[in-house]
Amino acid sequence: MTQLILEQALNGLQFGLMLFLLAAGLTLVFGIMDCINLAHGSLYMVGAYFVAAATQAADSFWIGLGAGAAGAAVLGLLLELSLFRQFYKRDHLSQVLATFALILIANEAVRVIWGAQPVMLNPPDALAGPVEIGDFFYPAYRLVIIAFGLAVAGLLYLVVAKSRVGMWVRAGAANREMTEALGINVQALFTAVFVFGTALCALAGGLLGPLLAVQVGMGESVLILAFVVIIIGGIGSIRGALVGSLIVGSVDTLGRALLPTLLRALLPADAASTLGPALASILIYLLMAGILFFKPQGLFPARA
Amino acid sequence: MAEALLEVRNLSRRFAAVDALKAVNFSVEAGEVHALIGPNGAGKTTFIHHVSGALQPDSGSVHFAGADVTTLSMHQRVAAGMARSYQITNVFLGLSALDNVALAVQGRTDAGSSFRFWKPARAEQRLFDEARDFLDQVGLGSRGATLASNLAHGEQRALELAMALATKPRMLLLDEPMAGAGPEESARMVDLIEHLARHVTILLVEHDMAAVFRLADRISVLVNGQLICTGEPEAVRANPEVRRAYLGDHL
Amino acid sequence: MAFYRAAPYQKPVAIALVLLLAALPFGLTAFGQEFYIGFATRVLIFALAASSLNLVLGFGGMFSLGHAAFFGIGAYAAAICQQAGINEALIAFPLAMAVAGLFALAVGAISLRTRGVYFIMITLAFAQMAYYLFVSARSWGGDDGLPLLGRMTLAGVSLADDTHFYFAAFSGLTVAMLFLGRLANARFGRVIQAIRENETRMEALGYPVFRYRLVCFALGGALAGLAGALLANLTGLASPNLLVWTQSGTLLVMVIIGGVGYLYGGAVGALILLCLEEVLVGFTPHWHIALGLILLGVVLFAPKGVAALFGKKHG
Repeated sequence: MTQLILEQALNGLQFGLMLFLLAAGLTLVFGIMDCINLAHGSLYMVGAYFVAAATQAADSFWIGLGAGAAGAAVLGLLLELSLFRQFYKRDHLSQVLATFALILIANEAVRVIWGAQPVMLNPPDALAGPVEIGDFFYPAYRLVIIAFGLAVAGLLYLVVAKSRVGMWVRAGAANREMTEALGINVQALFTAVFVFGTALCALAGGLLGPLLAVQVGMGESVLILAFVVIIIGGIGSIRGALVGSLIVGSVDTLGRALLPTLLRALLPADAASTLGPALASILIYLLMAGILFFKPQGLFPARA
Repeated sequence: MAEALLEVRNLSRRFAAVDALKAVNFSVEAGEVHALIGPNGAGKTTFIHHVSGALQPDSGSVHFAGADVTTLSMHQRVAAGMARSYQITNVFLGLSALDNVALAVQGRTDAGSSFRFWKPARAEQRLFDEARDFLDQVGLGSRGATLASNLAHGEQRALELAMALATKPRMLLLDEPMAGAGPEESARMVDLIEHLARHVTILLVEHDMAAVFRLADRISVLVNGQLICTGEPEAVRANPEVRRAYLGDHL
Repeated sequence: MAFYRAAPYQKPVAIALVLLLAALPFGLTAFGQEFYIGFATRVLIFALAASSLNLVLGFGGMFSLGHAAFFGIGAYAAAICQQAGINEALIAFPLAMAVAGLFALAVGAISLRTRGVYFIMITLAFAQMAYYLFVSARSWGGDDGLPLLGRMTLAGVSLADDTHFYFAAFSGLTVAMLFLGRLANARFGRVIQAIRENETRMEALGYPVFRYRLVCFALGGALAGLAGALLANLTGLASPNLLVWTQSGTLLVMVIIGGVGYLYGGAVGALILLCLEEVLVGFTPHWHIALGLILLGVVLFAPKGVAALFGKKHG
């Protein structure tokens, strides 16, 4: 039992860190530009495909990961310059409609280019096996993801908390007009944040590729999880995104693994087997509702 | 003297590290025009927000008509008889003047429930008759059909007042009714407020000292979140602390 | 923006439309195009669903991105009613509306404490929660959904016949539109539209804003539930796919291209989108790309939608 909990806790941490890569860019785009981007999940999907394609071409996962993320960043740059730039000033309705349209286009375009079948993405051979931690075995690749996620999270924290650009970003999330009034080139800042966010979610897509299938529609369910993360954390807050990601990642993973067992101990078997999976699948939403009831602005509101 | 209609006891509020209001004690007696003045940044707007219910105090309480209303929301205080106008004109620009006031009449508890889904509101003659009366009271009787966005600035201010009146308040909270008005408009507004003061208690926040000294029965002075003096206009004018802190030679 | 008011020609147009729609199935039968009766019914049902969203979004100013949840719950409620032996639509449909409305009430009670981007995402998240609930509910078919054994009866008349069912959907939509048209001009409608414009002012006029919003949100949910119950009868299946968030997106697209806040916005949008789909599918299997480009075009070039032509807003 302890072993199961430990293993699931590691899985939860790994999932949470990947969610953080997705949510970090999203929370900044929402917070700073006040722009709803439903297509963030599509960028994650396209990023995963880029990584898969580049990995195949280069025959190296790590080169593929870098090249795929760079490719996604270029795509993000093009999208920002051609379309998103026009959406920031528009109302939420237009933003939702436009980015919904982008989802339709992205899903279908991927289907046209790579086909409807999931694409396989293999982890590097050296990481394919398990490693022994204490008295149980854990996949090496997942450990690498955890390390990678921690590194990116730490780096991002340093950039946002310590650097000048990070200060602009935080100022932009807290008070956009003031930031503009201070003479910061908001246009360029927006572009940089958007491109950076795209690269991060492509990284997440690529890293998760070997664990989940790279397929059409993979972006949408994860997009909503990222939403839940930034609602819980507070829109515009990197710290909130990190805390929210870890909460959602671990509650979801542990809930799915342990709740059915737990319920079986408490309830009659048939009730537990009906209720268990259902409850586990909505656990994070209940959590979100609970947090919102007491803190409608999330745990770390970026705006005063 | 009549008993206090509004009583604010020991009201304090901090924003971040700044004391916006420090243990303010303040009262408005039934029937009077009580003006609240103070230099910019003194905390007048914050104070008004606490009276109207838009903000909650850290400590202290607000009593209205003998009841503690500190925890009541804005709409509950309106229902209790406290109406407010806004510093920045805040009317429904896309609606006619009459529709604006009718909306205010309709919101009153004695006007019946607004959870009515079938009967056209336009057919409710009573709502609009009453709304017309209030427009008449503020001198907009002939402008009922005009879109609020097409009214002159002074007319919009008057409309704002008509909407506040239409809630049949026991106390009107006027937040800088002369703001942005020219001299002629101001003079008309002063006449109007003087006229209204015969029927309703008024808490007036205003920068225009000529208007304040003409209208107010009592004046309170707020400086740096503290109430430094309350009294009749002549006493306030003569108060050395007030002169020093704020008014200089304007008086 | 101002209160909604029907354009002067709206009433005669509406009456003509009702007559036309009443004659439609007979016309289609006469020309041997019975197949399109089913399609027309689908359009009517989505018109109802989109109109219910338009009540919440266009009139109430609440940007919900989880409306499909109420739609789907209505469908499941109808299917579950039938499982429980209630095969009469006059009982099952109101029940479906009540269940969807109550769920909307609960969702609204939490979401309406928030504003802006938060509200959009929270409604979306709650809808997703409902989706996962049905996917994992094995006793209601899980992934596969809950099939109906056949169409219900309406006041004892079987709806198995496509024309009969068309008229059931048609009357549902007509009554709903009549209700919405009245509501927009009634006290409640004026209050929610004014709240859409300036909620603080309404609060300062003594209106309990939250309560009005919540009732509007729940009413929208109930109407969506009716549409869902009808759709389950049309297709013979209450599927979790009805609750998937892209379905909410589709309803939203309908309202936006039809015209947000115009009485017929939802209906016009449903008609346009479903016809577009029908036509595009004939040309290319990759019609989603074309649809996406068209939607992008609407955002960039026609932000007010199409129904802006059908009803004016003025004081």
